[in-house]
Amino acid sequence: MPARMAPPSRFGDKAFEWLTLGMALVVILLVFLIGWQLARGSSAAIQKFGFRFLTTSTWDPVAEQFGALPFIYGTLVSSLIALLIAMPLSIGTAVYLTELAPRWIRQPLISLIEMLAAIPSVILGLWGIFVMIPWLRNYPFPLLKRFFGWTPFFTGPIYGTSMLAGGIIIAIMILPIITSVSREILRSVPNLQREAAYALGATRWEVTRIAVLSYAKKGLFGAVILGLGRALGETMAVTMVIGNTPQIAASLFKPGYTLASVIANEFTEATTDVYLQALFEIGLVLFGVTILVNLLAQLLLRTMTRTSTTRAVQ
Amino acid sequence: MLSKRQDQHTWRKIKSALVSAGTFLSALLVIAPLGLVFFHLLVNGASSINWDFFTQLPKPVGALGGGMVNAIVGTLELLALASIIGVPIGVLGGVYLAEYGSARGNSMLRFIADVLNGVPSITWGVVVYGLVVLRFKGFSAYAGGLALGLIMIPLILRTTEEVILLVPNGHREAALALGIARWKTIVHVVMKTASKGIITGILIALARIGGETAPLLFTAFGNRFWNHDLSQPIAALPLQIFTYAISPYDDWHRQAWAGALVLVIGIFCVNVLVRILTRERAPSTA
Repeated sequence: MPARMAPPSRFGDKAFEWLTLGMALVVILLVFLIGWQLARGSSAAIQKFGFRFLTTSTWDPVAEQFGALPFIYGTLVSSLIALLIAMPLSIGTAVYLTELAPRWIRQPLISLIEMLAAIPSVILGLWGIFVMIPWLRNYPFPLLKRFFGWTPFFTGPIYGTSMLAGGIIIAIMILPIITSVSREILRSVPNLQREAAYALGATRWEVTRIAVLSYAKKGLFGAVILGLGRALGETMAVTMVIGNTPQIAASLFKPGYTLASVIANEFTEATTDVYLQALFEIGLVLFGVTILVNLLAQLLLRTMTRTSTTRAVQ
Repeated sequence: MLSKRQDQHTWRKIKSALVSAGTFLSALLVIAPLGLVFFHLLVNGASSINWDFFTQLPKPVGALGGGMVNAIVGTLELLALASIIGVPIGVLGGVYLAEYGSARGNSMLRFIADVLNGVPSITWGVVVYGLVVLRFKGFSAYAGGLALGLIMIPLILRTTEEVILLVPNGHREAALALGIARWKTIVHVVMKTASKGIITGILIALARIGGETAPLLFTAFGNRFWNHDLSQPIAALPLQIFTYAISPYDDWHRQAWAGALVLVIGIFCVNVLVRILTRERAPSTA
């Protein structure tokens, strides 16, 4: 009797598989969509300015002269400042969380760091304008000027809104992500590594340095690069504190401008086609750079973390 | 000889203690901004939160008072629009990565989704501006919702995949053994078992995009009045905070703080909800 039953239709299965496949392929589509849209939006500017767009520093919408160098410079310098601050702090925190902290403190601390990550950029920017900038202007900046004023980096008048303030706010934005990715990396270091070092009579720090950090070097580098990717694209908070002046100056007390913030500020003001095209091209540059940085970060991280390739059903 | 060795030993121990203290200090510095931001939000924002804030429209420049009710509702509308795009694509794509496909192809897709997660949110604004705003000649709630929805896709895709992989194979085998079609097994057994995790992933994504400002600047654009038509510009809480924060008026600054406090409380409520949901799912990790 049962043998007479018609075989079940496979149509539903096939349709569902194709449907989900289509949805998964959307991510590829999106990458091409971004690239295509940005390239299309900026094609005339690319033709008009060519390579000069990246190497000249006149940004004059009235004369329709557009050079993105000050923005590229501002993005790189502010991100570099952010990395210099965030890297030691977040890796130190990750080490504390995985190797040294008493157990009861770990989970609450991790939750707090997750909460920091949840604070929207615009709110950090608000805090930056009204709390951080006045404080920086009154206390740390004059001190920096007093002790390091002989270097070109800390000279000139102190306004508060500055490249340095931008770098600091980006650092706060990327602390949580570098910390949590570094923590994952350190957790994936096998315990055998630590035990072997302890057995040789190493102190806690020596175990961390010899057995853990050197083992996890590549992954930690990946975590930092991932943070760099976020730093380059950070928009709102930086826009609110960096001063938004397209200039290339050695002093970090001077205001700067980044790729992301010029888009945020000037996009709705772009009255001419060329102006809009130039802003699209800035978007293209930003997208290209962040994609490359993120690719590098993911490649570095991939070698460390075991992304579960174990399939649910074979 | 012996004493020298002992000295060295003490020095190594001191160094270890110093570094431990250093890492502890860095942990404190990492969470310090959180405490400071919270403190100032409460100090500056709490006093401006009143009944008017949740019921009134923004007042024109110069007039004191007013509220942000249109921005709060606008943000909720934008989140709803974003979910229409982000949730089905993200969830079904995540199902594919967990249940179908070849290991190699899937690892590629996962990789692209991770890279996509790193695309600056302002880029999405520019892209949607080109796709929607230029084409339909105007800022609109649809454009804002689309920008946020696209940001949601890779986020939800990855979390959905992870929770579906957690469903034990026994569940699938049991259902398949009963002769239930594969897709029905996935929808009614696997996704149902993982539903709490999937919802958690969606909530995390919503909390993340709820505070996004950059992609809305030239898509949703903002609006000082009620939006009665989704093809018109719409207000959003983060946008309103930004506009008020960079304005020169003290009263607007107060409103910006109040708005920021409301937004942060909203986001943290969602995060607490997420924590409760995940705790029930996996009590052992607590």
